Amino acid sequence: MEQDETLNKIEVRGLKKSYIERRTKKRFFSQCRPQEDCKVLDGLTFSIPSGTFACFIGPSGCGKSTMFRIVSGFERPSEGSVLIDGQEVTGPSNRHVCVFQEDGLFPWLTARQNIAMGTEGLKGQQAREEVEEYLELVGLSGFGDHYPHELSGGMRRRAEVARALITNPDILFMDEPFGALDFVTRLQMREEMVNVHQMFDMTILFITHDIDEALQLGDRIIMLSDRPAKVAWDMEIHEPHPRDLSAGDLRQIRKEIYHKMGLHVAL
Amino acid sequence: MVLKKAGLFPIVLAILLLWHLVTAALNVPEFMFPRPLSVAGALWEMLKNGELYRNSVSSLFRVTVGFYLAVVTAIPMGLLIGRQRCLRTILNPLVQFLRPISPLAWIPMALMWFGIGDKPAIFLIFLSSFFPLVVFTTSSVLNIRTTYLRVAENFGLKGFKVYMKVILPAALPEIITALRITLGTAWLVIVAAEMIAVKSGLGYLIIDARNSLRMDMVVAGMVVIGTVGLILDYMVRLLERMPSVEWSRMRR
Repeated sequence: MEQDETLNKIEVRGLKKSYIERRTKKRFFSQCRPQEDCKVLDGLTFSIPSGTFACFIGPSGCGKSTMFRIVSGFERPSEGSVLIDGQEVTGPSNRHVCVFQEDGLFPWLTARQNIAMGTEGLKGQQAREEVEEYLELVGLSGFGDHYPHELSGGMRRRAEVARALITNPDILFMDEPFGALDFVTRLQMREEMVNVHQMFDMTILFITHDIDEALQLGDRIIMLSDRPAKVAWDMEIHEPHPRDLSAGDLRQIRKEIYHKMGLHVAL
Repeated sequence: MVLKKAGLFPIVLAILLLWHLVTAALNVPEFMFPRPLSVAGALWEMLKNGELYRNSVSSLFRVTVGFYLAVVTAIPMGLLIGRQRCLRTILNPLVQFLRPISPLAWIPMALMWFGIGDKPAIFLIFLSSFFPLVVFTTSSVLNIRTTYLRVAENFGLKGFKVYMKVILPAALPEIITALRITLGTAWLVIVAAEMIAVKSGLGYLIIDARNSLRMDMVVAGMVVIGTVGLILDYMVRLLERMPSVEWSRMRR
């Protein structure tokens, strides 16, 4: 039992989170009545072995982002615990880097300066070379001196992924990172994420609302229920990359996910 | 389109012409509303005897010192208040209370504390800029996107570094707008401040000219104040073009 736990990179036990609505703040459009606890997470439990690409899917508003903030250390759970490498998470760490849903690049820095943020501790020349290397890796070689507002949405995301990767993190947390991109760019980013996961030895916790994205990327897909969120389904996918989503197995899994989400659409 | 190509010059000329024609046609006496030509004459006169230069420099000196003092104290203070909830609870009511008090209401106190000369005027300029700058800076810190702060935390930035690398640059576009507004107010206040306790400056020039019933000089003084005000505003606006600030304009 003890042995088994140490193998897991991320261990989440009985995670609960509720927000207490303040009496003074009456919100007309709130889904919770005043003074009532607003339960978001209701006992999430899962564990993710080291090196896994874990994808979380679930209906919108189910608490995926809340879970994300708790597991990455930005918020405290009401109950339960998150262990990373067997240590209780008490705050964010630069060993576990996040790519947030919204643009997280600092708009007052160029792409190069943004990526260089992750090279603290390295000496001048070495840091500079490394930054160039990572710019190249994400295909932004010619764009180092551009400010984020001068880059396209996809390029901004790439720069942000590079900024996260350059710190050589143990865990990469990503919260719907490609949600705001157009369809084709999103497909490209998927491909690149597969490469990234193969190149770097790290655990990725990836939240998405795109079922195909999860099928394409995940070694593991964890499906959350409606709010308050519980683990509705937890499955491993052993399909090798690059994956053909129209292949039998994956089609079958997708069908099952659709079904569990209460969707009855033809595939 | 035609107007845009022609530029500013013909428009100014047209306004001057209209001014002249109206005052001439209605036969407005010079001491009520001087004509453009006599104002130009007064300007030339003051330019020749150095009055214009001397008084502009004293006004600009007071504004520069007062405004600078306000900038170096109010911005750090606003950044701190914006970040620290307890400071906000303590200081916000005080700042909010003092802010709507016109700096001119401080004139009696300024004279008691600093006597006559440059000091009370500088103090008034300081006050006129300080409180608005604190309030603007605080609110611009509160407006910073949570994501930026989370990224800073994620990358392990702490203490002073967070202020220098994230809070200040993120708040800077709004702070620059605040600088524009407060420098404008400072320039408004200096004229009033110089009508008391000093014997130099553009405010003094106007009140002195009125005392000798030289209305042409009064209007000439007003023209100079307007022109210098425009130049000051233009100078702060140059800050908005800095590459590390441009993003906020792009986002709109």
